[in-house]
Amino acid sequence: MTADILIQVLVSGLLIGLIYALVAVGLTLIFGVMDIVNFAHGEFLMLGMYASFWAFALFAIDPIVALPLTALLLFAVGVIVYQTVIRRILKAPMLSQIFATFGLMILLRGLAQFFWKPDHRLIPHSLVSGNIALGPVQFGLPQFVAALGAVGVTGALWMFLHRTRLGTALEATAIDREAATLMGIDGQKMFALAWGIGAACAGLAGGLIATFFPIFPEVGSNFILIAFVVVVLGGFGSVTGAFLAGIIVGLIEVLGGFLVGPEYKTAIVLSLLLIVLLVRPRGLLGKA
Amino acid sequence: MTTGTNSSRKAMGSAALLALAAVLPLAITEPSQQNFLILILMGAQMGVAWNIVGGYAGQVSLGHAVFYGIGAYTSTMLLTTLGLTPWIGALAGGLLAAVFALAMGWPCFRLKGHYFAMATIAVAEIMQILVTNSDALEGAVGLYLPMDRNGWGALIFLSKLPYYYVILGLLVLTVLVSWAIERSHIGYYFRAIKDEPEAARALGVSLTRYKLIALSVSAFLTAMGGSFYAQKEMFIDPGSVFATTISIKIALIAILGGVGRLMGPVLGAVILITIEEYSRTLFGSTGSGTDMIIYAAMIILVAVFSPSGVLGLLGDLRRHLPGAKPAEVKTSAKEARP
Amino acid sequence: MNTAPLLAVDGLGKAFDGLIANRDISFVVHHGEIIGLIGPNGAGKTTLFNCLAGFHTPTTGRIAFEGHDITGSTPEAAAALGIARTFQIVRVFQSMTALENVMVGAMLRNKRVAEARDRAEDELAFVGLSHRADTPASDLTVSEQKRLEVARALATEPKLILLDEVMAGLNPTEVREASALVHRIHQRGIASIIVEHVMEGIMPIAHRMLVLDYGAKIADGTPAEIAENPAVIAAYLGE
Repeated sequence: MTADILIQVLVSGLLIGLIYALVAVGLTLIFGVMDIVNFAHGEFLMLGMYASFWAFALFAIDPIVALPLTALLLFAVGVIVYQTVIRRILKAPMLSQIFATFGLMILLRGLAQFFWKPDHRLIPHSLVSGNIALGPVQFGLPQFVAALGAVGVTGALWMFLHRTRLGTALEATAIDREAATLMGIDGQKMFALAWGIGAACAGLAGGLIATFFPIFPEVGSNFILIAFVVVVLGGFGSVTGAFLAGIIVGLIEVLGGFLVGPEYKTAIVLSLLLIVLLVRPRGLLGKA
Repeated sequence: MTTGTNSSRKAMGSAALLALAAVLPLAITEPSQQNFLILILMGAQMGVAWNIVGGYAGQVSLGHAVFYGIGAYTSTMLLTTLGLTPWIGALAGGLLAAVFALAMGWPCFRLKGHYFAMATIAVAEIMQILVTNSDALEGAVGLYLPMDRNGWGALIFLSKLPYYYVILGLLVLTVLVSWAIERSHIGYYFRAIKDEPEAARALGVSLTRYKLIALSVSAFLTAMGGSFYAQKEMFIDPGSVFATTISIKIALIAILGGVGRLMGPVLGAVILITIEEYSRTLFGSTGSGTDMIIYAAMIILVAVFSPSGVLGLLGDLRRHLPGAKPAEVKTSAKEARP
Repeated sequence: MNTAPLLAVDGLGKAFDGLIANRDISFVVHHGEIIGLIGPNGAGKTTLFNCLAGFHTPTTGRIAFEGHDITGSTPEAAAALGIARTFQIVRVFQSMTALENVMVGAMLRNKRVAEARDRAEDELAFVGLSHRADTPASDLTVSEQKRLEVARALATEPKLILLDEVMAGLNPTEVREASALVHRIHQRGIASIIVEHVMEGIMPIAHRMLVLDYGAKIADGTPAEIAENPAVIAAYLGE
């Protein structure tokens, strides 16, 4: 393997890894704030993709331009999901919580399949179509922009959590719910906020990759498992951890696929999940 | 104490149900309808097997298809390469699945709740990828079962009726195993592990040992179901036996009907398979998604309102009927806590 | 009565990431003794319990039970050896009846369900819960659940039982009943170490008291002795 090929592989891994990071930060935020694993997270991404698609197909809005709209829409979806379903299972046994978000996953997929049919769709062209060649390395502009977007959103999220009052309140709820309540922070509002932001992040990721990835009802399943790996590797609840882990997972996926064979890349990433769960379940930066 | 009348009433109810199931296909003779009944029995068998580890012991597996697939592939490979009768092949598949369960459970049972569920998904997905890319197992192309023989020895039949009785027998076996576990010390230990694992340890219960028992017994029975699937369909491929959708379906059947209750999954299978088949005929191709919507909505409702599934709901309803004993007035510990 | 100690703890210490919860604790317990374990909040009483019952591995020191070194054993092994415990925050099996809860304990020594049931009925009677045998554990009052935990622990046929604040939150009548229960346990020849804050419950019945403060043992003597011990008085006044 030459240096050129290695660099190409690493760049591809980095780009896809940043997308994975963006999908995962929403998932880790939800878990960090309320100890619930959202099995339906991939469906928020799927809805983001469809939002972009329909904005484009019906109103000729470019997916990149539609991003703020996508974010708002998915934020609303996240809050609605929280208010209708999640709120009622906060104190339920873990079995019920798993089943509730699991049921949500199936429900959203079923709704998407019912309304939009199982056909694979593509957005044929956008502001960011085309390829870039940088020395020996080639990559698609949509992928590059998506990765940039991921960095931007993750950075904005980090700033929000650590530099704003509302965000700090959210972090406080994540660290110690009871103490936060004692300080006057409304737990219910924080939970709804976490779901809104979490869904918006996944939706933004969907909007960003809609520029190059096929759109279909089951697309969430491609990402949810990888998102889990990222969250576990990064540490449940840590946005910084999810960011770093996303990059690592992206690199491992592409590198592994290159060395062993592309048909095995998911198996390699999942093996990483098992290894982390068994060796260091709290991941890189998670709470012990 | 009402255990005497209660258990004999339950026994009579089960016997009546079994008798009904035994004569049903003699009355319902149309092949596609008999197939529908067979699908229900298959679903029930998978669900009761899952219930042993997921319902009783509380270890939620969302990757049970891995055992189903091991059963299907083992008996089929033994048949096509060695000509071994599927009756023995199914047992071999069951054994292999049980051993796999031990190997997988040993490290994974350290993980709690969500983490364990995730690990099971990962294991099943990895297995599916490995089998899909395995030349020895014909990969994505799949395996066809030889059609040159039929009859009871080969477990291949020309009409649906014998298949019905085979799967009914397997279901009865699975229910009996589940029932035997439930009333033995193993069943008590399972429930203790599910409710309060640390307290169980303080009473001398080895969590790992009993979780492994639960998973391996469940795996064995699930694998036998997989072997039956292969014999009935005459064709298997990774997508039909290892897929996550199968794992989801298995868990769904148990959850819908009533986790931790003996006959819960049977009810769950009746509901789920009925919805699946009828939405298919009503709304056309499987691409409609309506069956997914309906049973997803049901599972969410069950998760939110009644973790004990539909059977639990029915039990709660029965208590509110006239003639039922009034609930005890209580200051339960839950209310006493600040 | 056997004069060799049932339990011998020597220099036991337990630290969590630098926080020292127990330091250099040594004491013995004889067969059938009632030992009260008291001390201000945060003194390390529950940590000590967890070390004895196998839920924590001590960082330093040794624990010997009936002459055998059991330092760092698992909870299951400790139970099999004859050390039973209750929990500060009650952990009854919610989906089971009171009788079934105790049966799980009885099954340690006898896996046959019918015999475990008989044994469980005896223990329920011993703690005065026979009338609640078929009640779901989740429907019992707090005081009943605490007694249920005791019955469940006794069903394992222990030689030593660790009772973690069984009297907390009880009214005076219930405290007296709990003391009487501990005394009846002693009459069966079972030793007990009882963590308590409710002094009027433990002082009258304990043979000896151990006092912890800041993770260390500051006193070891009869209730009368420690009531007059200046260090003990200071520890409680100072908190």
